[in-house]
Amino acid sequence: MDTMIKTPVADSAPRIARERPLKIKARNVDVYYGEKHAINDLSIDIPDSAVSAFIGPSGCGKSTFLRSINRMNDTIPSCRVTGNIEIDGRDIYDRGLDVVQLRARIGMVFQKPNPFPKSIYENVAYGPRIHGFAKNKTDLEEIVVTSLKKAGLFEEVKDRLDHSGTSLSGGQQQRLCIARAIAVNPEVILMDEPCSALDPIATARIEELIDELRQNFCIVIVTHSMQQAARVSQLTAFFHLGNLVEVGDTDDIFTAPKDKRTQDYITGRFG
Amino acid sequence: MSDHIVKAYDEDLANLKTMLAQMGGLAEDHLAKAIEALAKRDTKLADYVIGQDEKIDALELQLEERAILTIAKRQPMARDLREIMVAIRIASDLERIGDLAKNIAKRSHAISEALPRKLATGLTRMGRLSLEQLKDVLDAYTTTDDAKALEVWRNDGELDALYNSIFRELLTYMMEDPRMIGPCTHLLFGAKNFERIGDHATNIAENIHYLVSGRPMREERPKKDTTSTTAFDSLNER
Amino acid sequence: MTDTAISAAPRRASDNSALVAKRYRSERRFKLYGIAAIAVTAVFLVLLFADILVKGLPAFFEHRMTLPVSVSQEAIDPQNSKDPKVIRTGDFDGPIREAFRAMFPDVTSRGDRKKLLGLLSSGAADDFRAMVVNNPSLIGTDAKVPVLLSDDADQYLKGRQTGVEKIQGQGTIAASADGEKFKLMTDKTPVLTAGDIVRLNGGAFRVVSADNGAYVAEQVLAPKSLDPANAGAWDIVRFTVTEHNRRIDDQEALWLEQLKEKGVAENGVAWRFFSSGDSREPELAGIRGALTGSILTLLVTLFLCLPIGVAAAIYLEEFAPKNRLTQLIEVNINNLAAVPSIVFGLLGLAMFLNFFGLPRSAPLVGGLVLALLVLPTIIIASRAALRAVPPSIKEAALGVGASHQQAIFHHVLPLAMPGIMTGTIIGMAHALGETAPLLMIGMVAFIVDVPGGFTDAATALPIQIYLWSDLPEIAFQSKTAGAIIVLLVFLFVMNAAAILLRKRFERRW
Repeated sequence: MDTMIKTPVADSAPRIARERPLKIKARNVDVYYGEKHAINDLSIDIPDSAVSAFIGPSGCGKSTFLRSINRMNDTIPSCRVTGNIEIDGRDIYDRGLDVVQLRARIGMVFQKPNPFPKSIYENVAYGPRIHGFAKNKTDLEEIVVTSLKKAGLFEEVKDRLDHSGTSLSGGQQQRLCIARAIAVNPEVILMDEPCSALDPIATARIEELIDELRQNFCIVIVTHSMQQAARVSQLTAFFHLGNLVEVGDTDDIFTAPKDKRTQDYITGRFG
Repeated sequence: MSDHIVKAYDEDLANLKTMLAQMGGLAEDHLAKAIEALAKRDTKLADYVIGQDEKIDALELQLEERAILTIAKRQPMARDLREIMVAIRIASDLERIGDLAKNIAKRSHAISEALPRKLATGLTRMGRLSLEQLKDVLDAYTTTDDAKALEVWRNDGELDALYNSIFRELLTYMMEDPRMIGPCTHLLFGAKNFERIGDHATNIAENIHYLVSGRPMREERPKKDTTSTTAFDSLNER
Repeated sequence: MTDTAISAAPRRASDNSALVAKRYRSERRFKLYGIAAIAVTAVFLVLLFADILVKGLPAFFEHRMTLPVSVSQEAIDPQNSKDPKVIRTGDFDGPIREAFRAMFPDVTSRGDRKKLLGLLSSGAADDFRAMVVNNPSLIGTDAKVPVLLSDDADQYLKGRQTGVEKIQGQGTIAASADGEKFKLMTDKTPVLTAGDIVRLNGGAFRVVSADNGAYVAEQVLAPKSLDPANAGAWDIVRFTVTEHNRRIDDQEALWLEQLKEKGVAENGVAWRFFSSGDSREPELAGIRGALTGSILTLLVTLFLCLPIGVAAAIYLEEFAPKNRLTQLIEVNINNLAAVPSIVFGLLGLAMFLNFFGLPRSAPLVGGLVLALLVLPTIIIASRAALRAVPPSIKEAALGVGASHQQAIFHHVLPLAMPGIMTGTIIGMAHALGETAPLLMIGMVAFIVDVPGGFTDAATALPIQIYLWSDLPEIAFQSKTAGAIIVLLVFLFVMNAAAILLRKRFERRW
């Protein structure tokens, strides 16, 4: 894997990026929405088996970049992405790459819990079913149960798997969405402000879950809560006005950021 | 640095600084008075210093409470967080300095009758030096001047050296005349107190450096206080 | 926050109570306007429905007599073949006429007898025939046969020709012949006016002129005798509508009154209205043909519109690139929804009949034309329904690696279905009420037979209404209103189905 990555990780790179294998590499990425330049010349290395957090004020491009990683931006006709984003050294904007296969490898959890208005079981089973993961019914059931267990939801819903996913509480819904995402066994999980609609207790559960999942997945999370970024992530990237201002170990960013804009943002001084 | 969006946050931080400045002023004042009491054998002044120490203690408590409240309310990050943490630490240093000043004032009672003046002069010199250090480091804090703090940090060696020589001198006295052991011990403790005050000033300097740069002081601290390793045998040989 | 805000005296909302009062008044006024508007609409609606119901409900009832008819072997099946074909050719008219005449033995003149038989419906014999064919064992017995009355008789008995007032005779009355006319004498104060009919001794006289207790009258029904009648033995029948202004004359009216008094004529539910096709005879005309035509037409429309409309909506909403061409298509779909329906009729005439040579008056063609008409509505409604599905659902599906099509067919479409169904049913209801385009393709013909297939000549409910409303017979007015009721019920059922579907399938997300 290392041989595929042409640019070696520099010594100045964050510790976590040096310690862990590289998963996602972005170089000189620009994103445009029609005339609007949403992301400006962004380069970042995201390590595997770690949580990377994107923080920044609204409209700074963090969600846009997140959605560029699984090409969710393709659904917006006016959106244009240039530059290079590689996962495991493979360019994801390559013509030969199938976007549906790509999205199966990259799970996504959204800001608002969005379970399908179907049963809890169906919610989790949908992904494995369309990808033909399960040979038979018991197989599928096993996938559903393990996914729910991994998402820490199984104990709460095991008696009502046939109930509608929308009947769960907000936090449970979000964990159901995470279970749905990990059911297709992705390598990367993207989370777009996964706790912004949840109460603090539900948020804590999700954070705990993220911390557990970190062992096996490369997790990228966009969050508005700096405390959350500080709590769950190992790498933090600060975005501002479409620019990646600063990337660093979370421990450094929140105690001693290098850039004044980062400092101003995380201490609550932004105008 | 620009202001916070939440103005009350700025006020909270400013409050901490004000309280710390107050504490610094008191500690400085008490130290100066203790030195004066020692030099002039002024037991009245010494009693005054002893009585005033409570004020510093109360202020420290108050500051700590405020700092904890601010952390709970504002969840400070980066510089703000460091500022609060440093304020707590400096406050505790200042409180210790206050205690030491009080201790010195107490000892001036014991020293006042017995000792020849000559011996006390070295001690007061040391006291002035520590007072100087304290003043400088407090200045460095109010102006958040990293360079000045570093200077204080380096200058601590001088104080240590002075302490070394006083230590040796007092040892010699005590060996020559066992009756002197009592007062000399008091003097020795006084000297040790000044040396400790110097150490606290260095601590404060380190904290200032951390506040400004976000990194703890990496270099080894200039320790020239060798008394803890000085064997009596070696002194005897001399 | 700023200096000006602090220095200025604080203003409280309560300072300006006049303004507050004004605001409340304005709100109350607005509410009042709303209530008034709804009330006016409600009044008109109630008037409309009341009018239709009053006029239309009698169409669901008919008057028949149950007559004892001797089903004679020689008239119907002389060879006793028991073959339905033979039975069908038998004489069913004669026995009924005989049985009816038997009820009025006094009617002897040729003209009167013809007039009397005119009270029977021309379809009475057909009912009798059907009854016997279905049950040949009746042959050779005396059967109780329901005999339908003619439309005019039916209308009279329903009280829609004239009002009738019957007054018991007070005192004694005597009639005496005076040339062509008769003289009526009473011993009580005069109660008779010109036009009144006095019934006595089984006969009836119409008062021509009244002159102080001596009335000149003419004979309507021949009496058994001219003996004076005492109080209680005679009565006065007074019609509110004069003889010239109604389709049934006094003589017929009096016969019908006799039938009613004997309790022979009975009012029953006219199942015929739902079971038979159009007819020139109002009492025989039904809406089954039109209803079947409408249903067949709507079936064609539905099976064309729903797949095409939904597919087009999905493509335009989800897959089509956003460019000039798709914008043009979009604008045109919206415009198409506003095109007058008659234009679609002309298009259907030119395309389906003249160019493709499809049969005239067929539900197939009607359905095609209505499909053109309803398609834009369905496309617009479906697109709105698709757009109403939160994009998060689609994103969720895409996020687990579903293809665009899977995301839409597995998740978006099921959620949009209630909306699409509602739109479709409303579109179908629109199609059901549409008349103009069907006129152009010949569905306006007089068709007696109930259509049996998509290519049979047929008509539709609204056209049936249009046709009947044009006919002169009074009975058809009531039939028109009756057909309108059926159409409205049909529409209500469809709308209720739309609401039910929406309620049933609506899901939270």
